[in-house]
Amino acid sequence: MSALISPPAAAGPVGRLLRSRLAAALTTPHGVDRYLERFNPMWAAHEVRARVVSIHRETEGGADGTAPVATLTLQPTSTWRGHRAGQHVLVGVELPGSAKRHTRAFSISSAASAPGERFTLTIRAHDEGQVSSYLVREARPGTLLHLSQAQGEFTLVESPATPTISRLLFVTGGSGITPAMSMVRTLLRDGYDGHAGRKVTFLHFARSPEDQIFGAELAEIAAADNGVDVHLRYGDQLFSEFELRRLVPDFRDTDTWLCGPAGLVELVRDAYTAADGETSPRLRMEFFKPAVARAAATGAEVAGEVSFTRSGATTAATGVSLLEQAEELGLKPEFGCRMGICFSCTRTKTAGTVRNVLTGEESSLPDEEIRICVTAAAGDCHIDL
Amino acid sequence: MSTDTLTPGPLADEKYYGLTADQIDRLGTELDALRQRVIADLGEADAAYLRKVVTTQRKMEIAGRALFYLPVIGWLPAVACLSVSKILDNMEIGHNVMHGQYDFLGDPAFNSRMFDWDTVCPGEQWKYSHNYIHHTFTNIVGKDRDVGYGILRMDPEQKWHPYYLGNPLYALLLMTFFEWGVALHDLEVENIVSGKRKLADNKPLYPGLIRKIRRQAVKDYLLFPALTGPLFPLTFAGNAVANLVRNVWAFNIIFCGHFPAGVASFSEEETANETRGQWYLRQMLGSANITGSRLMHLMSGNLSHQIEHHLFPDLPARRYPEIAGEVQEICERYGLPYNTGRLHQQLFSVFKKIMRYSLPGGQAKAAPVRGPDAVTEDSLAA
Repeated sequence: MSALISPPAAAGPVGRLLRSRLAAALTTPHGVDRYLERFNPMWAAHEVRARVVSIHRETEGGADGTAPVATLTLQPTSTWRGHRAGQHVLVGVELPGSAKRHTRAFSISSAASAPGERFTLTIRAHDEGQVSSYLVREARPGTLLHLSQAQGEFTLVESPATPTISRLLFVTGGSGITPAMSMVRTLLRDGYDGHAGRKVTFLHFARSPEDQIFGAELAEIAAADNGVDVHLRYGDQLFSEFELRRLVPDFRDTDTWLCGPAGLVELVRDAYTAADGETSPRLRMEFFKPAVARAAATGAEVAGEVSFTRSGATTAATGVSLLEQAEELGLKPEFGCRMGICFSCTRTKTAGTVRNVLTGEESSLPDEEIRICVTAAAGDCHIDL
Repeated sequence: MSTDTLTPGPLADEKYYGLTADQIDRLGTELDALRQRVIADLGEADAAYLRKVVTTQRKMEIAGRALFYLPVIGWLPAVACLSVSKILDNMEIGHNVMHGQYDFLGDPAFNSRMFDWDTVCPGEQWKYSHNYIHHTFTNIVGKDRDVGYGILRMDPEQKWHPYYLGNPLYALLLMTFFEWGVALHDLEVENIVSGKRKLADNKPLYPGLIRKIRRQAVKDYLLFPALTGPLFPLTFAGNAVANLVRNVWAFNIIFCGHFPAGVASFSEEETANETRGQWYLRQMLGSANITGSRLMHLMSGNLSHQIEHHLFPDLPARRYPEIAGEVQEICERYGLPYNTGRLHQQLFSVFKKIMRYSLPGGQAKAAPVRGPDAVTEDSLAA
């Protein structure tokens, strides 16, 4: 049985049958995957899951207060449609000791993958990040992860199959190296050799040589005759427009991929912004999730701004429920009981800290479903409304 | 909490069900604390329990569908397995998941906004009339459409009409076609007849309803019978019987929730400006439990603990039995009735009500309230 519907086979006729209208009609209203998962979590018709195949420690961290980094190789289900270099994936894990599934986005570090193919995630174990910490420190070969399809438009448009003489520039900081690494690996794997006059410049900022991930591989890439220049900067060596101009004189007219912490992104964007205030369209950026101010201590005066991101409305947090705050702004979110029992008003809080007005409990988890009738802002927060 | 936090309502001076406004407030605080304790304890055990029930249900379903291939001897076991599967799916899994009881797991498979159950009623529409209307306005005659489901007369406050002479017949029909009754409930036909709702208001509901009915009918009455080839008529009949068994069982459990004698009903006036404590009080007085074995609780989706469910509709139902003792103790301390009985007792009581209210008149027999005379201020504060 398992040979019949093992991951590779599921892409063939069996996969087509499982995704057929007949299969959907027979398994309504729950869907095929709700039955397949009973037999083997790696069997799926629509959903994507993966098993950790191996874990490789990139840096140990610790010495200067930095967190360790690991690369996880994943075997996805046959439903994985592959990824373009630079894309990320949502990873859901059930953390031990808590039944709750936590989902976070991680960049894919391996070269572009084909459907059902293995790929890698390179993750830094942030202290405040339960998921990244679990994946780096506790995940083991065999650990099951719940995935989305690859997503994101911060991708490589270049390939050896599209002849061009354009030069490529990557500017990255810290963990922002991951999507750029996927792009460079894709280029080199697919036969890019720099001999057609195309040149790649890779400029990366890390805290210290010890904290540099992919160090050995980057040294190899730099040494090889491939047209890829690698420039690594550490510690106090901040980004400067002057230096970039020296490396790539016409950088504003060069296809550039920028990924890193907010400080770096701001400096580079300024460099790409002309006197008339126009930012070069050649610059593609990927941000880390903007940090949202920490809430006041429990019981203290609430200060912060509530952003209803879908409507674009913002207001100062007052401590009353988010439903009331939205209504004061003239928004009309769906609601029911207004006492927290019917779940009609459930919305996603994308970032920030909120307080349950019934229990006083605070939560700062990103992408959390909240009942806005019994939830108040406890600092800056973003609500998908 | 002090009395001045209460909105002045009908309770400001006089006692309500034997309790002062202050005492009702304390009752609310105690129940809030109980709720909070359970929430703090939610975790892996609840997830493991739900997954186990789902596994059992899926096994029963697959076994049921497969046994239809065994001519003659397989038929009865097939119907039994499929009936159990549908009951588990609708009650312990569907009803409870769609209440948001397991939203905390963060698992899309058990998220109240994504789950749908194995009945012709679209979960999306049921959640509005059930989670919001019924659970918010429980037993308020004129607001809670589950008082008689717009078909029956189950309360003396519902004005008699010769139509209600058919009460027992309507109840029998509703029992037989329960899933269809639940599906059509959201169309509020009684409000259209009375002019409170326009036919056009139902328009947005039709596509979802028709889609769900079509899918369920194609699955149970066309595809699975067809897959058994020459046994088509037997499989067709078996699926129909499984749906019927689930209908009869669900109807009986659900009618024991609010209709046994002694359960109180409320008027819109007395429940205006209700406090949280008063809301809790109404849920306690307006619901009734069924005693029985663990199997019986499982098969009823723990709606055998209707009182606990109505107090805490979003807590995982498997927690109701473990807090039932405490809820009962609170009821005793506050001199409130805790309506419970064996299934046949509660059913007989419901049956009597259906018969009685088919005729004009009738008197509400809310259970006697003893009042919290045994409770001192000190013990309340404890």
